[in-house]
Amino acid sequence: MPRLRLLFLLALFPVMVAGAQLGLRAAGMEYCLTQLTMSVYYALVVMGLCLLMGYAGQVSLGHGAFFALGGYTTAVLTTHDFSGIRACAGVGVLERAGLLVAQQDLYGQAGLSVAPWAAFAAAMLLTFVVALLIGYPALRLRGHYLAMATLGFTLIVSKLLLGSALTGSADGIHGVPEWKLLPGLTVSGRSALRVQNYYLACGLALLLLLGLRNLLRSRVGRALLAIHDRETAANAMGINTAAYKLKVFVLSALLAALAGVFFTHYTGGIAPSEAGALKSVRYVALAAAGGMANLWGVTVMSIALNYCSLRGWFGSYDNAVFGALLILIISLAPEGPLKPLGLWLRRLAGRPDPERRTPHGAP
Amino acid sequence: MLLQVRNLSCGYGSLEVVHGASLHVCHGEIVGLLGANGAGKSSLLKAIIGLLPPWAGEVFIDRRPTTGQPPWRSVSNSTVLVPEGKMIFADMTVRENLIIGGYHNPDRIRHLETVLDGFPRLRERLQQVAGTLSGGEQQMLALGRALMARPRLLLLDEPSMGLAPLMVKEVFTSIRKMKDLGLTVLLIEQNANAALRIADRAYVMETGEIVLEGPAADLAHNPEVKRAYLGKG
Repeated sequence: MPRLRLLFLLALFPVMVAGAQLGLRAAGMEYCLTQLTMSVYYALVVMGLCLLMGYAGQVSLGHGAFFALGGYTTAVLTTHDFSGIRACAGVGVLERAGLLVAQQDLYGQAGLSVAPWAAFAAAMLLTFVVALLIGYPALRLRGHYLAMATLGFTLIVSKLLLGSALTGSADGIHGVPEWKLLPGLTVSGRSALRVQNYYLACGLALLLLLGLRNLLRSRVGRALLAIHDRETAANAMGINTAAYKLKVFVLSALLAALAGVFFTHYTGGIAPSEAGALKSVRYVALAAAGGMANLWGVTVMSIALNYCSLRGWFGSYDNAVFGALLILIISLAPEGPLKPLGLWLRRLAGRPDPERRTPHGAP
Repeated sequence: MLLQVRNLSCGYGSLEVVHGASLHVCHGEIVGLLGANGAGKSSLLKAIIGLLPPWAGEVFIDRRPTTGQPPWRSVSNSTVLVPEGKMIFADMTVRENLIIGGYHNPDRIRHLETVLDGFPRLRERLQQVAGTLSGGEQQMLALGRALMARPRLLLLDEPSMGLAPLMVKEVFTSIRKMKDLGLTVLLIEQNANAALRIADRAYVMETGEIVLEGPAADLAHNPEVKRAYLGKG
């Protein structure tokens, strides 16, 4: 049965992705793919948060900041001109190794910047270290210390980005070069590559979804579920709960940073609003809207809602919509709106509720 | 001696609830730990496996010092606690609960069969969501889940709590069977009658201190114990 469901989802997801693209082309609205691609990248952040909130039972209000950390690291490294230090020993070695490449800025000025692949590696490494530093002390304690620690982190990061010339202050950074991922596959906002980038983002999302799904079905996933359910009992079963929570937190931070890197190369820049506290609250709202411990639901919900937001459907109420959504979900459908909907569909199809399966022991 | 506890103290916040308790459990024994509500029995058990940090004293399992180790380590010391109130994973199936119990046992899938042989009732309900089991079945599941880790020492916290008399009997029969399989058991009970019937030795705890110790048969006839815990005399 789960295998059947997986096959169904595996078929459904590509059909939905391709259907959206072909539909928009037919309607002459292919420009909408840009916002859809951005929404998919935002959804990667929420996928990580789904793991953290739904399975490890911890809330992070710092995922916007991790997204920005990834994005800004790659943006600074790939746009900053390092030719001033060309004379230094070692720079030549880096250049020959392909880690530093000649780049032209917006005004045609030649410069020397870090290659996108190297910048990507640096962004992931930096995020790994920062997430470890925040998570290690916060996750040794029980309760919602992580939420507080990450909120503090968010506030610090957004102030630093706003106040620092290196990160372009309130303007952020633009002119981030495109990223040649593989021959013939480039992360770029050029309209000629719009369709390619849309499929690239969706492919990446699908790959990560499958990877996370497999992780959750392994011994690791069972341990996470046990921790979420009853921490004391999980401990007594020999599960190192603090270590697990830390690993999940770091993994989800890395996912957010990964999304930030791709997003920044795709849109060609990043602004400090990405690190704002309201952005992080939005990710939490989206995870809640998708049903928390429901990877596919969370992904679909966050693509749909972010798309609406990016198309400007919520107007000046943008942040208010996500705040209201969070309140409504928590008070009316704490397991997410998709679950009651799913149960209703099941009942409509005459299938028993999974909750009530085999009440008297019959298989 | 499989478990030795020397002058262990522990508590919550600034309140000490166990004041220097000492006890030991030999290989293959069932030892009862009796006492009224709030005497500190559960806290002592938690401090033994590290769920509660010990304030003073020492714990040795198989002569190795384990004082203050993180709780998840206790399984590697072949010690498993079955916590009070069963604490099964209610949203998982019976099978998933058991598999989690064997988290550190690489042989868990094969061992599952052995455990199920001991609990035929669980075999019937393998795919059922654990939260829908009856109280007695949930206790059986908690015991089975603990056995999945192949422990040598089982710490049972009030296994009869909230169960119907018939189920209590069944649970105690299972504990007896575990002894026959070579397991060592330290058993907390408020149901002193039932505990003294299956235990080899027992300790009596009062307001954080161990006040009596002896063979179960002796304690069952001790006038103090009779008056305070057995409701006779």
